[in-house]
This record gives sequence, structure tokens and C-alpha cells, in this order.
Amino acid sequence: MSKRFRIRLLWLLVPVSAVVLAFGVSSLVLIAIGENPISAFRSMFRYGSQQNSLVSTVNRAVPLYVAGLAVAIGFKMNLFNIGVEGQYRLAALLSAAAGAAVVLPAPLHVAFIMLVAMAVGAGWAGIAGVLKVKRGVHEVVSTIMLNSIATGLGAYLLANYLKKPLGPNELLIQTRQIPASGQLPPLAVIGGENLRSFVLIAIVLGVLVYVLIWRTRFGYDLRASGINPDAARASGADPNRMILTTMLISGAIAGLIGMGDLFGFFHAYTLDFPVGLGFDGIAVALVGLNHPVGIAIAAMVFSWVDRAAQILDLEGVPKEVIIITKGVIILSVVIAYEVVRRLVQAQEVKTAAEETRRLEEREEAVAA
Amino acid sequence: MSWGGGDIALAQATQGRRLEARRMLLFLGWVILLLSAVRWATAAPDLTSSDTYGTALRLAVPILLAGLGGLYAERTGVVNIGLEGMMILGTWFGAWGGVQFGPWWGVVLGITGGMLGGLVHAVATITFGVNQIVSGVAINILAAGVARFLSVIAFTGHGGGATQSPQVTSSLPRMTVPVLAGGKPFGWQSPDVLGWLEQRHWFLISDTSAMFRGFMVDLSILTVITLLLVPATYLFLWRTRLGLRMRSAGENPWAAESLGVRVYTMKYLGVLISGALAGLAGAFLVLEAAGIYREGQTGGRGFIGLAAMIFGNWRPSGVAAAAGLFGYTDALNLRSPEAIHALLLFVGISLTALGIWYLYRRRLLGGSLSIVIGGLVFLWFAVTDTVPRQFIFITPYVATLVVLAVASQRLRPPTYDGIPFRKGEQIS
Amino acid sequence: MAERAPTVELRGITKTFPGVVANDDVNLAVLPAEIHAVVGENGAGKSTLMKILYGMLRPDGGTISVDGHAVRFRSPKDAIAAGIGMVHQHFMLAPNFTVLENVVLGSEPARAGALDFDGARARIRELSETHGVPLDPDRVVEDLAVGERQRVEIVKVLYRGARILILDEPTSVLVPQEVEELFRNLRELKGRGVTIIFISHKLDEVLEIADSITVVRDGHTVATVKPEDVTARQLAELMVGSELPTPETRESTVTEEVVLSVRRLGVRLEGRWALEGVSFDIHRGEIVGIAGVEGNGQRELVEALMGLRSPDQGAIELAGVDVSSWPTRRRREVGIGYIPEDRQGRGLLLPSPLWENAMLGHQTVDPFSRGFWVNQGRGFWVDRGGAHRRTEELIRAYNVMTPGPDTSALALSGGNQQKLIVGREMIAEPKVLIAAQPTRGIDVGAQAAVWEQIRHARAAGLALLLISADLEELIGLSDTLYVILRGRLVAKVDPATVTPEELGSYMTGAREATFA
Repeated sequence: MSKRFRIRLLWLLVPVSAVVLAFGVSSLVLIAIGENPISAFRSMFRYGSQQNSLVSTVNRAVPLYVAGLAVAIGFKMNLFNIGVEGQYRLAALLSAAAGAAVVLPAPLHVAFIMLVAMAVGAGWAGIAGVLKVKRGVHEVVSTIMLNSIATGLGAYLLANYLKKPLGPNELLIQTRQIPASGQLPPLAVIGGENLRSFVLIAIVLGVLVYVLIWRTRFGYDLRASGINPDAARASGADPNRMILTTMLISGAIAGLIGMGDLFGFFHAYTLDFPVGLGFDGIAVALVGLNHPVGIAIAAMVFSWVDRAAQILDLEGVPKEVIIITKGVIILSVVIAYEVVRRLVQAQEVKTAAEETRRLEEREEAVAA
Repeated sequence: MSWGGGDIALAQATQGRRLEARRMLLFLGWVILLLSAVRWATAAPDLTSSDTYGTALRLAVPILLAGLGGLYAERTGVVNIGLEGMMILGTWFGAWGGVQFGPWWGVVLGITGGMLGGLVHAVATITFGVNQIVSGVAINILAAGVARFLSVIAFTGHGGGATQSPQVTSSLPRMTVPVLAGGKPFGWQSPDVLGWLEQRHWFLISDTSAMFRGFMVDLSILTVITLLLVPATYLFLWRTRLGLRMRSAGENPWAAESLGVRVYTMKYLGVLISGALAGLAGAFLVLEAAGIYREGQTGGRGFIGLAAMIFGNWRPSGVAAAAGLFGYTDALNLRSPEAIHALLLFVGISLTALGIWYLYRRRLLGGSLSIVIGGLVFLWFAVTDTVPRQFIFITPYVATLVVLAVASQRLRPPTYDGIPFRKGEQIS
Repeated sequence: MAERAPTVELRGITKTFPGVVANDDVNLAVLPAEIHAVVGENGAGKSTLMKILYGMLRPDGGTISVDGHAVRFRSPKDAIAAGIGMVHQHFMLAPNFTVLENVVLGSEPARAGALDFDGARARIRELSETHGVPLDPDRVVEDLAVGERQRVEIVKVLYRGARILILDEPTSVLVPQEVEELFRNLRELKGRGVTIIFISHKLDEVLEIADSITVVRDGHTVATVKPEDVTARQLAELMVGSELPTPETRESTVTEEVVLSVRRLGVRLEGRWALEGVSFDIHRGEIVGIAGVEGNGQRELVEALMGLRSPDQGAIELAGVDVSSWPTRRRREVGIGYIPEDRQGRGLLLPSPLWENAMLGHQTVDPFSRGFWVNQGRGFWVDRGGAHRRTEELIRAYNVMTPGPDTSALALSGGNQQKLIVGREMIAEPKVLIAAQPTRGIDVGAQAAVWEQIRHARAAGLALLLISADLEELIGLSDTLYVILRGRLVAKVDPATVTPEELGSYMTGAREATFA
């Protein structure tokens, strides 16, 4: 078995073990509460493979994907931006309000809304960045605090400044409606479900993030700072600059998390606006091992599971069992990754030592 | 070289510590003085009422427990971001145990729930070497999910729902200190000396009595236990054999290992205790404060506890002081908008004073910034009557941020805190 | 003289690691209450041998006997139980703990779990006094000087009843007064029947303190001699195995042009001057060497030169331009190269492939990156092709033994890692190269090759600052040689005429030079 192949096989252990464990534990839990796991999974598969389910899955996966990207950029540098939740909600609120306040030709209007969202997200994340750089405040605690502050601040702004006057039968507090030039028409209608166009932008974003991290010099500095901050510093990467820039980029991407929903469905920021996407994004980044492709797969898997599980209510099975499923996936991926990484490294050292010895012997033979 | 200089150095170090303690007391005195003045000026009695202090104590308890939990883990070198998740488990199991079997069982099960979370964190980080922060974040996500799932199974249809539990009917014993605070030993109503002093509204005297009274009235037994945990933690970690070994895992695990200390075991112990304390905090939230489990009940207190630990410089007394501060802001938050409004005056004056101090010390940037912000806060106080509801909600979080930003200088975490330990591979 | 049975006897010890034989049939016999030195070069196998004796490693072959009994150590605990204590070269102390806490850890006296502080304090004071090792149990280790910390390590092993002490390179971090103090303590201990095994490569010290010397080279025991029977030079030859190279007379390549000028550089660290008033110039085609015991300011000097630390005093000029406040990246781009002392900690990204490691420090320039708009400006896009090509060139030119540029750096042996780093810096043709321990951990053949490369580069105009603990390297390569002690340059010697003993005396402060 060639070395390369053996290494690839080892890495495959990560997703495989996750899936196996997830199914296994979920089945056990289902059995424990007196349900039949096989029929439950079968229903899920049947429901989840319907056309409208698949479209819905993609729609749900898009914001998760963007959230995963935002978090992953930080993770790659050992910077934990847990604040994506607050960043995206504040960004969605302010960009919706800004979008409703202007009228621009269609592509510009959309771009404008996105830019505002990115700016707000970047700014909010930047606060944590500055606190870390200037005062050494650990970004996990500061971003989490900023999440709650964002909730309060957002509620205040919405209630006092940004809300639209309520009509006679309206109860839902929301910002003013974004005019048609600021809305994105659906990409296609499949199985009766709109496929939101923002998915294209998300894909482009994924490509941009990949290019940024693996093809630019900034990305090199970023990864080096995550792998060995001392060596990165000695190579010229300014740690403070890196932290600040990374937080800003992470926040800017986080700002876009809510755009799919905003452009494709809501067209205003309401109290109904999806929450929790930030935290789900963290889970997706962890499971996706901080790589745009992995994150895409993870986002799709998690969304699909969420969607497919909706059928369970009709069968009398508590759909919350998939929370356990997702939880097990997260935990097993994270642990399996460590185990496999060590195994792969040991394997690399061994094969390199063998090949080196072969090279040395050849050299000696030549010299003799 | 310091041949013979050793004694001088020791004396200097001790003197330094004594100065530190005196400076802290002075600072505390100034704070109380200013608070009293502001209370008198704004006629917002809640700023320094015994009710507020009592509530502050009650709200400080979960933060204190979480902070101590974080301390135990980090003293053995493991960062535990998952305290929030372990606290969530504590709330859930506390409620379930309380409903099914009674409040004391709620406490036991809450602690166990938290410890289970701790076990997961320990296995992932210590045995498998997963990044400590990643593991903590994963546990937070998991715990929230598990709590939701279990609620659906256990609570729906039994008086609760997916996001809350049925009411816990009985409660834990409480007590009030007799004579000073009007307790009722054996049914006899004793005088309430401090309460009487408080009612006089005398400047400073009433405020101080209110503070003491607040810590003596209607104390839950869990509160007393928690307060006792502070000196107990100190004695355990700094004065016992096991405590020394645990701390060595955080100060230099390779040295400890070379001397025969089982570092892995020490770390497991630290993280398990950490989870247990977080679980206790959750149980307290349910059984004492709310009487019911509600999703999101923990409200970030796990993280505020971590902030208390950092601000408290990883020492039990420091954690207690920080938790007290956070509890106080939380209490004002709950009790009255006027108090928060009055707090603005306090903050404004403090910042301005700090700014003047900085300028005196020639720290121009810090000084001018403080004065400008202080002035703005003062203006805000003067121009408004109340603070908007949403801002009251965020007070503890802003307080945490401010405290962290200010305090980050003279911190002394355990030397190898957060650095993964694998037997044999030394990263020096 | 009656033949005494050895207290410690190692016979036929063999130990192999992947790719290298560390110990090959090594024999060592130590008599009771003697100070027995084990000398050898870096990488000769002394540390491995001692780790085996202390139970930290298990030998692949051979036997150990203590006081005549054969023993098998599964862990340091077994060795401690047999009365063996090890004082490591890099102290294993918890800086935030007091002396007492560090000493008793793992063997604490306790009453029902509670630490018996008074008992411990009394015992430490007793040990300290009877063995002549002065210590205050209540001081925090962080506040102690290096020599005092070493005494803590010694009391640590005495506390556990050690009768056989292993000291691993004990003087590498001490200044002369502390070395004298240590030797006094060792003689006291010997007088009380303690057997001492003293590992070192400092020949003058070994000759001063040891009763008996065993020389180890390339994993073998070469000889066991008495200090009165050998000179330092003979010992050195036994260690190295051949005639010591004499610095060659060659054409001087030093020019008049000053490339790097350091003026009165100073760095403050925790209240004291770690570096003070350091001034020197490096000319084109010149190698300036700085000799000194580790921990005398070399690290701070290098950090200040590279921009990793802001100097508190003084200035640095590169070709007449003041770069004292320039960030590290700019200094690198303008031609200051850096070979770090700690290759794994500061010089490599271990999990990354070699081509990414070849970029480290040069990622903003050709051929590793291209500008954003058609090759303009600081590198934006990573040029993988260019990086791969350059890496292959590097591998060939510097003889890095590896399957290819995509291998991870961690798969390389230490020596090959070092060759990669040296190669990557030199291939970039820097104006000034700051090299800290550039041939540490490389086998002798590769070391010679690197020296050749350095000489070539010097002839082509390279200016090099060489900071090294290898006196042979310093003498052999430097055109100008300074000695650093306690943050100051205390001597300037002529490498062509100075002897290792002279140099050693300046380095330890035994001799003071009148230095302009």
C-alpha cells in the first residue's frame, strides 16, 4: 500500500467514525426512549430526498456555510471569534435598515446592503480585536460578551429608531421593507421551493476564502501564525496586525451570514429573523476542519439532518434527537481529528526516515 | 548577584504584598464612599440598600461558583471554556432532580450533570489532546442541545415543555443572622440592628450597615456553602499535599512528572471539580433563584465566571471579589432603573477621577481618554432620566468587558495554563 | 591502593533512535564518593546515557548495577528509589512556587493530607546546612538567580535521599562566582560520601573538579583517565577524535565597508540590563563572532537586531541607514538574514511541507510570492511553482536529506532541519546574516560543509554575526571575536592567536581584559 494512499485512508477515518458513531448513538437513544431507529431513519431519508427538501437544505446550508467560513478564518490562526452571532445579527439589522432607506439600481442596491453588513460585522468584531491587541483580553470572553451587548443594542435600535410604523393589523416589529431593487429573485423554483440566489455569492465567497488562505501571502502569514506564532513573528509577520486584520475579515464575512435570508425571503429585519446561526456556524467549522470544502459538506449534512428530521414530528418521534446526532458528530470529528493527525505524523516520520536512509545509502554507494 | 541579598528581597516581596492589600482596602473604601455620596445625591436608595446587596450576593453565587470552577481547571493547566455548558447541564439536572425527588436531590444531580460535562472535556483535551478551547466550545453547543432534547422527553406533557421544566415545589432551607439582621432563632424574632441603622439614611453609616445586612438576610444554605468554598479552596490548593500536586500540573507539569506526580490524574481532577462547581451553579440558579428550569437561564454566567477568575488573578479571594462586583451590577439590573441611572453618575465621576490620576502620572492618552469618556457618561446622566430597558439588560456584559480591559495588566495565570501536556514531549 | 567496588556501573549500554545510534556498547564505572566526569561533544551520547541511568529511557541492551546489585529502571521513580538523583541542565522548577514547594513536590511530608510546612522547612534547612548548600525555603523560585535555582535542584535530589548525583552540564548557565560556589558545594557533598557524575563539555572545569574522567565520542566510550594524567588539549583530541583544526591562515576578505553598525545597544529586562552598551561593526566580507556562556545577553542582542525586541538604548544601522525602529519584516526584506538558535521553536513550521518552510522569512519576496498587479509591490500571491523550484535547489545545494519538497519538516532529522534553515537564509544572499548556533546538532561532516558555505559567502561579500557556544567554530570562522558576559562585550580577541583556554577564561570572567 503506497504511503500516500495509506495517509488518505487514515484521514477518511475522521468522517467515517463520526457518521458511524452518530448513527450508533442516536439509534441507542431512540431505542432508549422506545422508538424504532430504523423506521425513523427511513422516514428521514425518504422525506429528505424529496426535491423540495433538497432545495430547502441548500437554502439552510448557505448561511451556515458563510458562518463556518467566518469562524474558520479565525480558527486557522488560533483566534476564536465566537462573536459571529452578534456580528451577523447587528449587521442584518443595520444593513436592512440602510437598504430600506435608499433606492439604487438593482445590482448596486444589493451590493450596498452587503457592504453595510460587512462593515458592521467587521466593526463589531474589530472591538474584540482591539481589546485583544491593546489590552490582552482573550477574544473568546470578549466576543461572547459582545454577542449579548449586540442583542441589547440591536433591540434598542430597532425599537426606537429603525422600526417601521405598524399598520392596523401588523404586530411584528421590523425595519422598513427593502424595495425590489434590493431583493434577489430566486435562482430557480424546484419542487415548488425557491432556490435562493445568494447561494451563488456564497460559493464565490468560499472560493475567495480558499484563495485567501492558501494562495496569498497574507494567508501564509495567517496559517504560520496559527501553527507557530514565534516562528511567524521571526519571519516578519506582525502579530498585532495579524490579529486585527483577521478579526476584521472574520467579522466582515460574518456580516454576510444573514444576507441569504434577507435577500431571499425576509426583505426586512424582523423579530422573526433566524437566530443561532452563529453558533451553528461554529459547529460547522469544527466539523469541516476549517477548510472551505469540508465546511460546505458539513453545512449540507447539518442542514439536511435538520430538514429531514422535521418529518419525525409527524411520526411521533421527538425530532430533537438529531441534536444528539449533531452533537456526537461534532465531538467525534474533533477527537478523531487529533488521533488521526498524530497517526499520520508518526507515519510520515517513519516513511521519511526510510526514504532518507535509502538516499544516504545511494550517496555512499556513489561516493565509494 | 544576591549573596546575602536574599533577606532583603524577601522583605521587599512581603512588603509589596502588604502594600497591595492596603491599596485594595483603600480602593474599596473609596468605592463605598462614592456610592454613598451618589446615593444621597440622586436619592436612589437602591444603589446601596440591603435588598440590593442581598440580591447581589444571590446573583454573585453562580458567578462565584463558575469562577472557582474555572480556577480549579486552570490551576491544573486546563482552560475550561465549557463552563457555560456544564452550568446548563447543572440547571437541567437540577430542575429534573428537584421535580422528581426534591431540592437536595436536585443539587446532587445538578452537580453530577456538570461533572459529566467536565468528564467529556477532560477526556477530549487530556487524553486525546484536542485543543482546549475547541473542546470547550463544542461542549457548550452540545450541552444546550442535550438540555433541549432531554426537556422534550422529560418535561413535555408533564407540566413543562421543550424550553422549561415544571415548577420545583419545595425549596432549600434559608437562614437569617439573628440580632444584627432580625433572624428568628427558634422562633423568637430578634432585633434588626443593622436594618434600623439602614432606615436612618445617614450618609455612609447607613450605607455600610446596609451592605453588611445584605449579606446576612435570607441566606440560602447553598450561598453559605459557596461562601465557605472560598477559604476552603484556598486551604485545599495551597495547604494540602493534593492541592500542591494539582497546582504543579499547571505550574510545571514536566517537573511534576519527573518527581512522580501523576499529572494526567491531577488534570482530570481539576476539570471534574470544575464541572461539578459549574453544575452546582446551575442547580443554584434553578433551585434558589428561579424555582424552574428555563432555556437560556444561564445567560452567559459561565463566561462571566471566567472573567471573574481572570480579574481575580486566579486566586479564590480575587474571584470572590470579582464575582461580588458582577453580582452587584446584575442586581442593579434587576432591581431598579433609577439605580442604573444613578450608577452612571458613579461611573462618570470615577472615570473623571481616574483620568485626572492618569494625567498626574503623565499618561496623557489614557488620562484624556478617561476624562472624555467620563464627561460623556456624566452628560448622559444629566440629560436623561432613565436608562433604556435594553441597556439595563446589557450592563453585566459591559461591566465584564470593561473590567477585563482594565485589569489585563498585572495578571499572573498559572505558568503552563492552556499548554497541552503530553508525557515525554517537552515544549520548553 | 585498595580496589573499591564501583557504586554505579553501566556495562554494554546500547540505545538506538530512528536513524541514529545514540549509545553503542558504552561502559562506565563510578567509584563511591568520587566526582566522575563524563565528557563529550554535543550529540556524543552523554545525555542519552544519563537519561538511561536516571530511568527516563530504557536501554536496548546492556546492564546497570548500583552498589553491586543489578537494577532495572522503569521510570525515574525507580532510580530515585535506588538513590540516584538528577539535576537537569534545563531546570525543572515551577517558577511561581517557593523553594519549599519545589523541593517537596511529589514527596511531601503531610499530616492527614495537610502539608507539614514546618517539618519540610526544618528538613530543608537541615539538608542545606549539613551539605553546605545555602537556601531559603520560603523564597519564590522566580526571584532566585540561576546559581540559587541550581542549588534548589540539588537540594531536591538530596531531599529524596540521593547518594548518587547526576549533574547534566551544570555550569552551562553559571557565571564564574557561581561556578566556584558550585564546586565548593560539590566538594562538600563528596566529603559526605555522595557520589557525583558530572556531565560536561567544558574541559578546564572538568580538569579542575573531577577525580576521574570518561570520554564519550559518537556513542562509544573512548577512554577513562585521571585529570593529573592529561592536558586539556589531549582531552579535546580524545573528544573530537582527531587533531584539532588550527585556524587556517588565509587571505582576509574583510573590506572597509561597514554593513552593520551597532551602537551602544541596551535592553532592559525585569529591572536589570540584560544587554548594556554593546557596540560593534561588521564589514563586508567579515565574520564577527561573539563567544559567551548561554544566557549572558546573546538572546536579547539577536532579538534586538531582528526587530523582535525594542532596545531601550542605542541604535542599529544597516549600511548607514538607521533601522532601529524598523519592523522585522522590513529588516528581512532589506537583507538581514536570520538563523535562529531554536530551530523548531523559531525557525520552522513543523507540520508544514518543506517548500512552505523554505518561504519562512522570505515570503514577501521573489521567488516565493508575486505582487498583486503584475509583480509590483510587496508579494501578494504565493508562487507555488517558484517556491517548489527554489526548495529543490536548496535541497540539492545544501544536501538536505529528504524525499522531496513536499515532505513535512517534522519528518526531517534535526541536522537536516538545520541544513534547510541555513540554506534558506544563505540562498537569499543577505547583506548581513545573524547566525545563532548555526551548526548545533549537525553531524561533523555536514558541519564542515556549512562552514565551507559560510566561507564562500564571506568571500563573496557576506557579513556575518556568529553567536555560538562552539569554540572551535568561533575560532575557525571569525575574523573578529568578542566575548560577551552579563550583557556587555568584555573582550576582543584575535582568533588566530587565542587559545580555547584563554577564551574560556574570558567567557567565565576568570580573566578580565582591558577592553577599549
